Amino acid sequence: MTLLEKRPQPSRAWAWATPLLAVALTLVAGGLMFAALGTDPIAAIRTIFYDPLFNPLFAGYSRPQLLVKAAPLILIATGLALGFRAGIWNIGAEGQYIIGALCGAGAGLALYPLDLRLIFPLMVVAGAAGGWAWAMIPAILRTRFNTNEILTSLLLVYVAENLLASMAVGALRNPDGGGFPGSRNLSQWGSSRNVELIPDTGLHWGVVAAMIAVILAYVLLQRHLMGHHIRLAGQAPRAARFAGVNPSRLIVFCLGLSGALAGLAGIFEATGPAGQITINFNVGYGFTAIIVAFLGRLHPVGIVLAGLLMALTYIGGELASFTLGIPAAAIQAFQGMLLFFLLAVDVLTNYRIRTWKGASA
Amino acid sequence: MTDDLLTLDGLTKAYPGVVANRDVSFGIAPGEVHALLGENGAGKSTLVKMIFGLVTPDKGRMTLSGKPHAPNSPEAARAAGVGMVFQHFSLFDALDVAENVSLGMSDPPPRATLAPRIAEVSRAYGLPLEPNRTVGDLSAGERQRVEIVRALLGKPRLLIMDEPTSVLTPQEVELLFGTLRQLRSEGVAILYISHKLEEIRALCDRATILRDGEVVATCRPSQETAGRLAELMVGRKLDAPARAGRALDSLALMVRDLSLPPAHAFGTPLTNVSLRLHEGEVLGIGGVAGNGQDELLAALSGEILAPEATLFLGGRDISRLGPDARRRAGVLTGPEERLGHAAAPDMSLTENALLSVSYDPAMVKRGLIDWSATRAFAESVIARFDVRTPGPDTAARALSGGNLQKYVMGREIVQNPMVLVVNQPTWGVDAAAAAVIRQALLDLAAQGAGVIVISQDLDELMEVSDRFAGLTNGRLSSFRSTSDLSVEEIGLMLGGAHDMAPADPGLPSRKKGATA
Repeated sequence: MTLLEKRPQPSRAWAWATPLLAVALTLVAGGLMFAALGTDPIAAIRTIFYDPLFNPLFAGYSRPQLLVKAAPLILIATGLALGFRAGIWNIGAEGQYIIGALCGAGAGLALYPLDLRLIFPLMVVAGAAGGWAWAMIPAILRTRFNTNEILTSLLLVYVAENLLASMAVGALRNPDGGGFPGSRNLSQWGSSRNVELIPDTGLHWGVVAAMIAVILAYVLLQRHLMGHHIRLAGQAPRAARFAGVNPSRLIVFCLGLSGALAGLAGIFEATGPAGQITINFNVGYGFTAIIVAFLGRLHPVGIVLAGLLMALTYIGGELASFTLGIPAAAIQAFQGMLLFFLLAVDVLTNYRIRTWKGASA
Repeated sequence: MTDDLLTLDGLTKAYPGVVANRDVSFGIAPGEVHALLGENGAGKSTLVKMIFGLVTPDKGRMTLSGKPHAPNSPEAARAAGVGMVFQHFSLFDALDVAENVSLGMSDPPPRATLAPRIAEVSRAYGLPLEPNRTVGDLSAGERQRVEIVRALLGKPRLLIMDEPTSVLTPQEVELLFGTLRQLRSEGVAILYISHKLEEIRALCDRATILRDGEVVATCRPSQETAGRLAELMVGRKLDAPARAGRALDSLALMVRDLSLPPAHAFGTPLTNVSLRLHEGEVLGIGGVAGNGQDELLAALSGEILAPEATLFLGGRDISRLGPDARRRAGVLTGPEERLGHAAAPDMSLTENALLSVSYDPAMVKRGLIDWSATRAFAESVIARFDVRTPGPDTAARALSGGNLQKYVMGREIVQNPMVLVVNQPTWGVDAAAAAVIRQALLDLAAQGAGVIVISQDLDELMEVSDRFAGLTNGRLSSFRSTSDLSVEEIGLMLGGAHDMAPADPGLPSRKKGATA
């Protein structure tokens, strides 16, 4: 008989080993899935993980994409992780990302075609404020009416998506666009452009913001009383009350911060890589960031690594569907496996496997 | 000792860094109440866990009625005829008695047959219990009866009881002893773990004393004094807490007409609670848990904010201050529940120190934590209260109950508060550690602090407090000087009748909601 026995202390070694084990298991299971789809699994995995970085044919385009795709994931996941540690489940980062982009773009386009250096910073502030405000809705519902923030934040994603569609064909539509849906191109207007700071690296302002967010989150969790309260509230809510943590304030803080970071990711995307507000502007960064947060063990440094890995599977996945004809759904399943295996092996951090040799004298 | 029911032969169990049991051998005869004595960390829990199949020994063997006994699970132990009643109940508040009993059985019969059997067993052993009552409405004593009945339904030949009386009123203790004596007369062996030496002297036939994992003595408790038993456990002489005489003049804390709604579905509302605590005074508040103790502590700690103008510290209204502001003002508290309330189980002792010292600028400056100062603080608590732990980086849940209790109580005491309020300060703590904690509380009062001790342990309250009141149904009786009170009178004060009408010890304690 095999049993799980609770460890007296969480194992530090396993806390670091489980993500690696999960990646290994995903490679095996994913390989089997690709084989079942009739693709050579070695070629598929090579295309996903190796080619985007090292194949001279693709690396020139793919390498900068790594930072472009990883930055929003890391930015959003960093905010989510703080809430998750406190037991506050913001599932609606996708919506906050959209609203951040809409508010930021709206603030900028209102001043079009002024040529002012202040416009981009203003858009960034408006983007963060938009994401924050959108996250305040579940926060207030939770603190005032004790509504479950998992449901409200998730449902607000669909509201945000409809708002996005209406804006793209309505208020924010490009007047010179010949009636096509979508806003003016923000990456081609000097005042709003999110410039690539070092050419051909993908390093734009969103990457800088993600790095700053990671460092601040690290300091917050390790050194600041708020970080201690966040961990305390997640682990032992009664002990948190004893320590003087006000649960409502914590909910407002965590939801607000994760919303603001998601909003920032949205406006950096709209002014840079995406370039404009379109009907299908959002591509699921807000949801994928949940996987990134957990894959990174809710730890800022882990999130950086997980964000880069996840970005790689996005880029490599696109490449694989382009060169090997692997369906996009299979790539998503592959990413899903990563979270599945991570959660499955995570149990080893707190438990150890013990085998009984039966009742013998 | 070939006629013993259970014999232990050379049992050894080691954990990384500590040998919990070393070569433990003794026997328990049928129809014997056998006491297992020892300080916290002496290895009592590990030993009974091996007998009950929760832990496998590294070495040695056990024999039960002549057959090898090596259970690998509680189910196997139960099947072999071993029953156990744990110190901490594993009951679901929202379910009724019969449902709770059936959840603890490996092969529960249908309710239609189980309910009458519960009623029958509870009647036969003098344990009044209604199968249809919701457990959340039961007193601690009644909850314990659910656990005992559950164990008795398995018809055990050996019943292990871990600290059974720590939650009971004196009348409930008598009732329990009646049941245990009846079981003994039927030939059931009882392994009885307790820190209350007087009880052991009254009840137990033999005692095995463990110290640092080894058997150091076996004796007949009735032929030893309590002091001698304590010395055997600790290995040195113990001093009773010393109380200094003191003059009581200036008021430290005043509670005026405090009423609060219950904090949760099974909570108790506080009704018109008033008290005056002087500097240098120890107030004892007795009563069975669940009568408003948690609510009173939460109201005093600031976890629940009190209505305006109900709490005053030296004339200042502190009713609307939260926990941190109260601490800054000089009011510290020690809740009853160690794990999950006074300490976060998975956090280290250093991190747990911060729970009650984060207001102190020496540890937290403008929100930034000085971990080395916090660690030094944790180390000072560990050193002063002799907390047995590898160090301040150990997770709270890795400590034994008594050691963690010393740590969380010590954390408040070393801060030298103006007012300290503690709930069950020595719950599940061995005699030596309890003496250390009580002495520290008395020393604190001697330095001029006001101390409120909420406890179910009447001996403790008699030992430390200057004045005593009972908390029943969320109402506080008037305080009386402990020097004029006998334990019997106190027991009656806690029966729920403030008019001191004699309570009938044969009846279960009164239900909540019944107005006094």
